[in-house]
Amino acid sequence: MNRIKHWVKSFTLWELLLGLKLTGRYLFKRKITIQFPEEKTPVSNRFRGLHALRRYANGEERCIACKLCEAVCPALAITIDAEPRDDGSRRTTRYEIDLFKCIYCGFCEESCPVDSIVETDIMHYHFENRGENIMSKPMLLAIGDKYEDDIAKAREQDAPYR
Amino acid sequence: MPQIRNYTLNFGPQHPAAHGVLRLVLEMDGEIIRRADPHIGLLHRATEKLVESKPYNQSIGYMDRLDYVSMMCNEHAYVMAIEKLLGVQAPIRAQYIRVMFDEITRILNHLLWLGAHGLDIGAMTIFLYCFREREDLLDCYEAVSGARMHATYYRPGGVYRDLPDRMPQYKPSQWHGEKDTQKANERREGSLLDFIDDFTQRFPGLVDEYETLLTENRIWKQRTVDIGIVSAERALQLGFTGPMLRGSGVEWDLRKKQTYEVYDKMDFDIPVGVNGDCYDRYLVRVEEMRQSNRIIKQCVAWLRENPGPVMLDDHKITMPKREEMKGDMESLIHHFKLYTEGYCLPRGEVYSAVEHPKGEFGIYLVSDGANKPYRVKVRASGFPHLAALDEMSRGHMLADVVAILSSQDIVFGEVDR
Repeated sequence: MNRIKHWVKSFTLWELLLGLKLTGRYLFKRKITIQFPEEKTPVSNRFRGLHALRRYANGEERCIACKLCEAVCPALAITIDAEPRDDGSRRTTRYEIDLFKCIYCGFCEESCPVDSIVETDIMHYHFENRGENIMSKPMLLAIGDKYEDDIAKAREQDAPYR
Repeated sequence: MPQIRNYTLNFGPQHPAAHGVLRLVLEMDGEIIRRADPHIGLLHRATEKLVESKPYNQSIGYMDRLDYVSMMCNEHAYVMAIEKLLGVQAPIRAQYIRVMFDEITRILNHLLWLGAHGLDIGAMTIFLYCFREREDLLDCYEAVSGARMHATYYRPGGVYRDLPDRMPQYKPSQWHGEKDTQKANERREGSLLDFIDDFTQRFPGLVDEYETLLTENRIWKQRTVDIGIVSAERALQLGFTGPMLRGSGVEWDLRKKQTYEVYDKMDFDIPVGVNGDCYDRYLVRVEEMRQSNRIIKQCVAWLRENPGPVMLDDHKITMPKREEMKGDMESLIHHFKLYTEGYCLPRGEVYSAVEHPKGEFGIYLVSDGANKPYRVKVRASGFPHLAALDEMSRGHMLADVVAILSSQDIVFGEVDR
């Protein structure tokens, strides 16, 4: 009996037809495709993407040049120079992140005692010329200013877990 | 008189079936392989040396990048080595989270393997189906750690953050209206645990689909049955571990034989092959996905019931909470100390191994009492498997080398380190 079954199945291409039935069913199912530039997949509020430097609500930059992020960065991607400002407060004169070196581990954000350096959920960015991979302080602050609302919201949502 | 000489063929390093950057020098007699000589080292990044120059915690991110398709399992071995030498143990909830994510990683790895193995042998559909499920699991990775692959989530003394209570959701667009979006978001209404739970409900049915496409398929069988046979005895001699060893019929699994974390509380079986050919290794890995699914289910059930800390409260090793750090001088000092100097391990050496999706992945760590390791040796599971490629492929056809190589589940990140 088993041999007849095997014989019939191998001549009718049984298992191939089963496979075709499966793939055929998917032809009529609802598609899960995302139309990329217009639509995006959901992004977690913990996402670690492009960096930004934040400011306080009164416009004062948060970074106090403690250099903890520079010390903890496993890829040595952060370079900081600091000097006292005219009003006597300690601030960075140079804050650079080399995005080619950065491994997006999130340690800089974890280590920052004043929530200044953050990794935003921005993931679609590119460089056109050599040297653009180095994010300078004004660039980082500009990203922070532009997306402050999103950044603050994501941090607030995640605050109980940290 | 003309002499017939063997033909030497260079396979890779840019061949799509070379799984990254393997250069294989094949000595062929017609289409029969006489000798296969794998050349490795094209992805050598000196991880072992790099680790020696960094405080312990800073190397966690580099462990992700060893075997870049089973990220958290690599971290697990490293973190466990540090914990062993420190003599601490992660809180029970952290252990369950680790086990759950180890198994998610195992499914991730096996799905990628199945897709790539299918592609190598000529099955296209399976690749798309596998990547559809990988997407869901990578969303779990992202929700918990913030990165879809290189998570840096495990820490000595626990895991960085607890599981989130909400999942990110799709937004309506010009292509998909309110109703469509609502449907797509159905699974994302609840917490991460609900999302994973929903996945575990669906997953066995999806594995059935993969099996419908492949297991009985005559082309698949012709390409894998009796290809690259390794006997149980020979597999042990060659130092095989993981599915390669189990495919040959040896019931060996570190999760059972040398249990770590909370695997002793989990109920699962070890699938074992019979012949030790490519087909058996395929069956073993597919069954492992089902078993991993069972483990995840048990973890989800436990994690729902038992909230608690996910990090040790010992701030000589683990970070204080951010709120404490901002309000309390002592915590701030701990915070600064940990992020600059790190912590010191006692003098000594330790070996810790985990059942990685590919086999035994071990970290041998020597400490001289400083805040950096004196030496770290990575026991990569893929290395002994690749070393046996010559023996496994001798006498087979050229096309079979591809099948054998991909049935070994080689990833060069860990072989080359």
